[in-house]
Amino acid sequence: MDIKDIIKPENIVYQKTKLFTEKPLSYCPGCGHGTAHRMLLEVLEEMNIQDKTVGIAPVGCSVLAYEFLDIDMQQAAHGRAPAVATAVKRLMPDKFVFTYQGDGDLAAIGTAETIHACNRGENFTMIFINNGIYGMTGGQMAPTTLPGMRASTCPFGRDTEIMGNPLKITELLAQLPGVYYVTRQAVHTPNAVRKTKKALRNAFEYQKLKKGISFVEIVSNCNSGWKMTPNQSNKWMEDNMFPFYPLGDIKVPQLEKV
Amino acid sequence: MAKVKGAIVVDIEKCKGCSVCIPACNQNVILLAKEVNGKGYQYAYMENPEACTGCVNCAIVCPDGVITVYRTKVEA
Repeated sequence: MDIKDIIKPENIVYQKTKLFTEKPLSYCPGCGHGTAHRMLLEVLEEMNIQDKTVGIAPVGCSVLAYEFLDIDMQQAAHGRAPAVATAVKRLMPDKFVFTYQGDGDLAAIGTAETIHACNRGENFTMIFINNGIYGMTGGQMAPTTLPGMRASTCPFGRDTEIMGNPLKITELLAQLPGVYYVTRQAVHTPNAVRKTKKALRNAFEYQKLKKGISFVEIVSNCNSGWKMTPNQSNKWMEDNMFPFYPLGDIKVPQLEKV
Repeated sequence: MAKVKGAIVVDIEKCKGCSVCIPACNQNVILLAKEVNGKGYQYAYMENPEACTGCVNCAIVCPDGVITVYRTKVEA
């Protein structure tokens, strides 16, 4: 059978979702942001809520997300996405609201906003891309940088005696009563991507219940910041990031029995 | 038994040649081309099209979503 006979519109099994704009993504080759964007949009498309969704993109590599996602987006100051999302969700409680933040944004500059939004139990979804580095500004050390990991501001590796210990913000937030669902996923292999999609779907389904924050952490690579090729950085992530940031559900709601 | 045959189409101009799809393919179908696209990236292509089963693993991990997957059944 010739390839031309296979490549027909009726045989399509997978294509990029229509919710992407035509613009090519500005991310580095191999960056996990693109996959995370696509899974998010596929979930919105499957739930058919793309016209009822408001996304908040703060500063970081994801600052240009509104150029690529064909949904309503709002830009926020660095770290302040949970505050903006609180306002949007309180004024428009019928909308699905999510924030899409990196580790420097959510765990460093916006720690106060993050913790208090979670503690108040606002009803939106937080998507947290953790790559252990400030990617956009040139690979500086972030709160999530692992001990011994090199970054442009700690070129000999993070020394915990001087620079402190990495922050497991996801475990920290899971203890707050206002947080309903917490999970940690990755997007480096097909299996991990499928699990991430399921987690995002759960997060948006739980948002309907109005019981608090649903929080999805996605451990991602930053091959430019880590100075590796994309496949090397995925391997490095498996060997070094996953022992410290283990994948899986951290807080799963006990559904009430009817 | 019916056999499943697949094929992929890569949006060459949007491919950034990150090669994440290459280890994702269990059938070793994909490789990077020797030629480059308009931006100077070596793009992914089907080196071994006979083996493709249309499992969509490559398309799912592609960060830029440039891969479209086709699949059909062939009566042997």
